[in-house]
Amino acid sequence: MNRNIIISFGFHTLLVIITAMSLPFLAKKPIDLPPIVSVELIQITDKTNIPFAPKAKKIIEKVKEKEKKLVSEQAPPKAVKKIKPDAIPLPDEKIEKVKKIKDKKQNPEKVDTEVKQVSEFEKKELFDTNSIAALIDKSKVESAETNKKLDKITQDQDKSIDFGGLSLSEEDALKAQIFGCWSIPLGLPYNENLLVRIKLQLKPDGSIIRTEIIDHARMNKPGQRFYKVLAESALRAIKLCQPLRVPSKGYERWKELQLNFDARDMLEG
Amino acid sequence: MILRYLIILLILLPIKAFAVIEVDITRGNLNPLPVAISPLDIDKNSKDNFKRILKKENIGVEISIIVENNLKQSGLFDPLNKDAFLQKPDIANLKPRFEDWNLIKAQALVTGKVTFIDEKLRVEFRLWDVLAGKEMMALAFTTVPSNWRRVGHIIADKVYERLTGEKGYFDTRIIYISEKGPKTNRIKKLAIMDQDGFNNKFLTLGNELVLTPRFSPTNQMVTYLSYFRNLPRVYLLDIETGMQEVVGDFPGMTFAPRFSPDGKKIIMSFAKDGNSDIYTMDLENRIVERISNHPSIDTSPSYSPDGKYITFNSDRSGYQQIYVMSSNGKNVKRISFGNGLYGTPVWSPRGDLIAFTKLHKGKFYIGVMRTDGTGERLLTENFYQEAPSWSPNGRVLIFYRETKTNAKGEGFSAKLWSIDLTGYNEKMIETETDASDPSWSSLLSN
Repeated sequence: MNRNIIISFGFHTLLVIITAMSLPFLAKKPIDLPPIVSVELIQITDKTNIPFAPKAKKIIEKVKEKEKKLVSEQAPPKAVKKIKPDAIPLPDEKIEKVKKIKDKKQNPEKVDTEVKQVSEFEKKELFDTNSIAALIDKSKVESAETNKKLDKITQDQDKSIDFGGLSLSEEDALKAQIFGCWSIPLGLPYNENLLVRIKLQLKPDGSIIRTEIIDHARMNKPGQRFYKVLAESALRAIKLCQPLRVPSKGYERWKELQLNFDARDMLEG
Repeated sequence: MILRYLIILLILLPIKAFAVIEVDITRGNLNPLPVAISPLDIDKNSKDNFKRILKKENIGVEISIIVENNLKQSGLFDPLNKDAFLQKPDIANLKPRFEDWNLIKAQALVTGKVTFIDEKLRVEFRLWDVLAGKEMMALAFTTVPSNWRRVGHIIADKVYERLTGEKGYFDTRIIYISEKGPKTNRIKKLAIMDQDGFNNKFLTLGNELVLTPRFSPTNQMVTYLSYFRNLPRVYLLDIETGMQEVVGDFPGMTFAPRFSPDGKKIIMSFAKDGNSDIYTMDLENRIVERISNHPSIDTSPSYSPDGKYITFNSDRSGYQQIYVMSSNGKNVKRISFGNGLYGTPVWSPRGDLIAFTKLHKGKFYIGVMRTDGTGERLLTENFYQEAPSWSPNGRVLIFYRETKTNAKGEGFSAKLWSIDLTGYNEKMIETETDASDPSWSSLLSN
């Protein structure tokens, strides 16, 4: 009996590993089919304000739909639903909340707390001043509100869920935007690991809900002070760039993004 | 049946795990960071007191201008025009309205406050991250009012360090040779000034010819070359006390002196019977040690910051080239192999690069290479320029440049220039007279 269970368990584990390794690649194939690429190309031109792009988009979509029907019945066209504008929280509300918070003097002699800092979020607590508290409150409210709204959107968009990566053109659009926003600190050492990985949670319009430095513990390590400077510059770039140039659809795909900022090429070159 | 559902569930779960999309950002811009430097807030009583002592209308504004000029000079920051500021200094220092500063595209904000307490100047300042809406740093200094320029430099250093990840170089001084008169009969004096050209002072009278002053990396001592009975000798000068002394009494010429990284030794060239080699002298016990021993001309020695290696130039290959050896004189290795002649190698305080002067096809270049000789980069080219000296953070080089004289022997001038490692940010440093042979001090405050 036990033997059978062990064999069964072994085969099941094998099955899970095989599916985990191979199925995503299988799943990607239909997504990378030419029709979808062409739709995205239009999206890019749309952003660069070429006037005939919207027309071209419709025409190409029609053609592709016809092609799809002819080629395969297994790849149904995506249900494209526009995001309702009322689903996005208005920025004015946030500003008002901040203004309500009273100012209080801070003690300058307390001085820099940079050594103590562990992460972007913990730093706010360490300062423990009213202004920082205000910011935390603001971000709590903001994320709570957004999450409510996002739930609705998620239900709306269930049909269009897919788990593929960004296409080359989508990725290029995002990269090009962030390249322009990221001021690389020039004092970084050339021969160190200059990779900062930041996880983002995004709203459908590309604005940021939450940022998280994945390797934030490194900020406190001795001799890694430059890492903090680099991480902060990356965070500034993200904030400066928002709303990010994300695809207009497929929110489920990119609602969580990881940006890997690597300054090595720039500083060595 | 349940098992089948379980398998389907297990199949779906790993797919979800692959879902986080990663995007690699490998490029950014090297544009200067827009920074707003708000004038430091000052109350009326303090303002009047400082006006009486320092003869400055508003010391808060003056200090902020020093910070602004320093950051601008570095080429890494773009200080925004103060006319565009929407928030007044007093409120900005307590709680900046980040929306306002964001509106004028500032990414960082410097605010502060100046007060007059017990006949002293007290300055507090804060650095804010405008985009994140948080305070990055807050410091306060108290000093005598006459030190107000240094306070500006220190604030600039702290801001620079917090935003770039390396130490600043603004609270430093430069020692150089002040030159006056026609080219054939120049009066040369030892002079010292702040790195921004202010507070210039002459340290010698100009009776004797002085050359190649070099700062100690650890304190305010200077070693330089002066002629005594037509023989060049290496001298030591303590800037704080004004005391100077000759470093030993040698039968031949001593020249090209430089301190070791710990400031305890001087490394220099010593010429005898037409052959010059490299020697060190311990400043405590005055013991002289010969480091290189070769029939060629070895000169311009410079220690690596860890004191383990020495770079120098030598013509042992037939042409003047740059070499590196262990500090005991062993393992001599040539590192420069490009066309032309290489001289005045100086090891960066960061330890990663060696700066040099190169002469090729009648043009002079200031350049840098890695310590193994790879990655040679020429930063600037001119008719005549030489003697690079590193800023204490190893990011900027200062050197001097001479202009051509015309047929009548007129139009000659020598000026100090600085250039950063990118090679783009080249600037002339204003001096009262002509200037040559600059040397950068370490940070006065740490």
